[in-house]
Amino acid sequence: MPVRLTRARNVGCMGEHRNWPERLHVVTGKGGTGKSTVAAALALGLAAGGRRTLLVEVEGRQGIAQLFGLEPLPYAERRVAQTTGGGEVRALAVDPEEALLEYLDMFYKLGAAGRALRKVGAIDFATTIAPGLRDVLLTGKVKEATTRSRDGNRFYDAVVLDAPPTGRVGRFLNVTEETARLVKVGPIKTQSEGVASLLRSPMTAVHVVTLLEEMPVQETLDAIAELSALHIPVGRVVVNGARPPLLADGRVTKAEIKRGLTAAGLPAATATVSRLATEAQAHLTRRELEESLRLELAELGRPMVELPLLPAGVDRAALGELAALLMRA
Amino acid sequence: MVAELTAPRLDVDGLLADPSIRIVVCCGAGGVGKTTTAAALGLRAAEVHGRRTVVLTIDPARRLAQSMGLTELDNTPRQVKGIDVERAGGELHAMMLDMKRTFDEVVEQHTTPKRAAEIFANPFYQAMSSTFAGTQEYMAMEKLGQLRAGEEWDLIVVDTPPSRSALDFLDAPARLSRFLDGRMLRLLLAPARTGGRSVFSLVTASFGLFSKTVQKVLGAQLLTDLSGFVAALDSMFGGFRQRADQTYRILQDPQTAFLLVAAPERDAIREAAYFAERLVAERMPLAGLVLNRMHHTELAGLSAAESEAAAARLDETGDNQVTADVLRIHASLLRQAEREAGVAAGFTGAFPAVPTTSVTAQPADVHDVDGLRTIGALLA
Repeated sequence: MPVRLTRARNVGCMGEHRNWPERLHVVTGKGGTGKSTVAAALALGLAAGGRRTLLVEVEGRQGIAQLFGLEPLPYAERRVAQTTGGGEVRALAVDPEEALLEYLDMFYKLGAAGRALRKVGAIDFATTIAPGLRDVLLTGKVKEATTRSRDGNRFYDAVVLDAPPTGRVGRFLNVTEETARLVKVGPIKTQSEGVASLLRSPMTAVHVVTLLEEMPVQETLDAIAELSALHIPVGRVVVNGARPPLLADGRVTKAEIKRGLTAAGLPAATATVSRLATEAQAHLTRRELEESLRLELAELGRPMVELPLLPAGVDRAALGELAALLMRA
Repeated sequence: MVAELTAPRLDVDGLLADPSIRIVVCCGAGGVGKTTTAAALGLRAAEVHGRRTVVLTIDPARRLAQSMGLTELDNTPRQVKGIDVERAGGELHAMMLDMKRTFDEVVEQHTTPKRAAEIFANPFYQAMSSTFAGTQEYMAMEKLGQLRAGEEWDLIVVDTPPSRSALDFLDAPARLSRFLDGRMLRLLLAPARTGGRSVFSLVTASFGLFSKTVQKVLGAQLLTDLSGFVAALDSMFGGFRQRADQTYRILQDPQTAFLLVAAPERDAIREAAYFAERLVAERMPLAGLVLNRMHHTELAGLSAAESEAAAARLDETGDNQVTADVLRIHASLLRQAEREAGVAAGFTGAFPAVPTTSVTAQPADVHDVDGLRTIGALLA
């Protein structure tokens, strides 16, 4: 594992965050759990107080641009948000073709020949025939950003990767294995080994985002088992969309509802009372299931963070709230 | 339940009962309940409409698969137990797609046993048949083509793969055949065809630079494996293409009905809208939209604002905390229903003519035949 560089405490480099010490935060989760939102909030939180973070997406969805209300991002590191103390979040949408060209250019000084390669469809070909190769290029770019330094200081205090969903994340991160099947020698192999060692070092943590619903929780358990078997460090379990704990006693009667409605000065017709009771009962059923899922997650013994359901949807202000909650956790 | 939607109501029973409809394709973003919808439709087609139905699932949740008696990816339709076969005389079978095995079968059908063995041993084939972006989609199409050609089923319900994008399902076969037919592959194949020693011996000088780079970056062994792989696949190009085209034509035929499945979330609705555009552009028969996990309330007379204000009054007195909570539950349900209707309107506004049905969110997940029956009834 590489030794952390000693450095002067200036220009955007404040060292590790107390609660989130890793340098590379990989965020995964089942589709629809809000993993992109959590990744963005984490990048924002970690940038507070004058730090600089990079938020990376690799699936070509332009989710970052949508979250921050921006035009689609080019393949370049652009500032997407400023934070307190002169901190900033930059964002990068990694495109496998661009990453391959950049990579070839770095090692082989291809210049115009690189563009010719694209013309004959070579890039498309190379990144399609073997998704393992494509993933090495994507994760290679992430590694480069994570370990980049300028004047002896690391350039980014933290890098947050909005990774593929739980079903694919193991294969995505297990680059060496996938690549070794095809490539026995050469710089791609060296590159994949570099990525593999970063991903297995304490500098990295994979956080899994879930909802308190059956499928996402099952996929969370599966993903954590898979990552553990691959010796990739698992960080937090982020429970997203948690609801406020209403009806803590877990029971409700129509008589109580009727009395309460009357006390609040509302009409307490039988139909009203019984419909409210039905809704309350459905809520309790739901909550019971959520409770058992929460227990299942707790049994993993991993640190858990809960983020509230944001009924109004996610905007920049909401991202800020989530960021603050994450940093306190 | 669709009162707030302006779209025409999707007649699910009419669709499932129509003997001219032979294929129902459920498509949509991941995590919107496609598999559950497909299974519920299949069950209803069998139990209520008496059709001999098979459901082709791609990657079902474990408990849902178990509820249909599926325990392994074995490409074999299995009859689902615990359904009412007396009432209408239908049957329900279900199968899980085994992507690799399907690919192997395609290879075996299109080449000699000796060639097939060479292909199976090639590391590129191994990588491609299990991980190639689009293989799962392509093989789902292939399997659908096989099931249809067998004329064994009244109705085939297909659950499309959990793609990054719903569109992958339509694009994958074209992408695969473009790939197999691509210029790159032709270049790589040139020496193999002429029996040349070097992989790139016969190609142009500008390509020489590429080959040198590839050799340096990837190593010569990889090129040898790759050229062997494409040379072997070359013999099957025609067959591959033809089958993909055939399946594509079946999908354009009126015997097929596409159902878009979405949950009332922005991303899922956006995917559904993209997909609807594509279906129209490709002249594929779009039957309607299924909105899963919609919330609604039977108590429309008590508004969210009123409920919250009343809850706050009860908080102040400190009594009746239960009722305060009940009112907050009601308020949040109302707001959620309103939000969902707004999100769904994004689709119905853009495609006002697409018939729509919605399924109320269930308090717990569906993982038995009874649950599927309930969903089927809500759909219809």
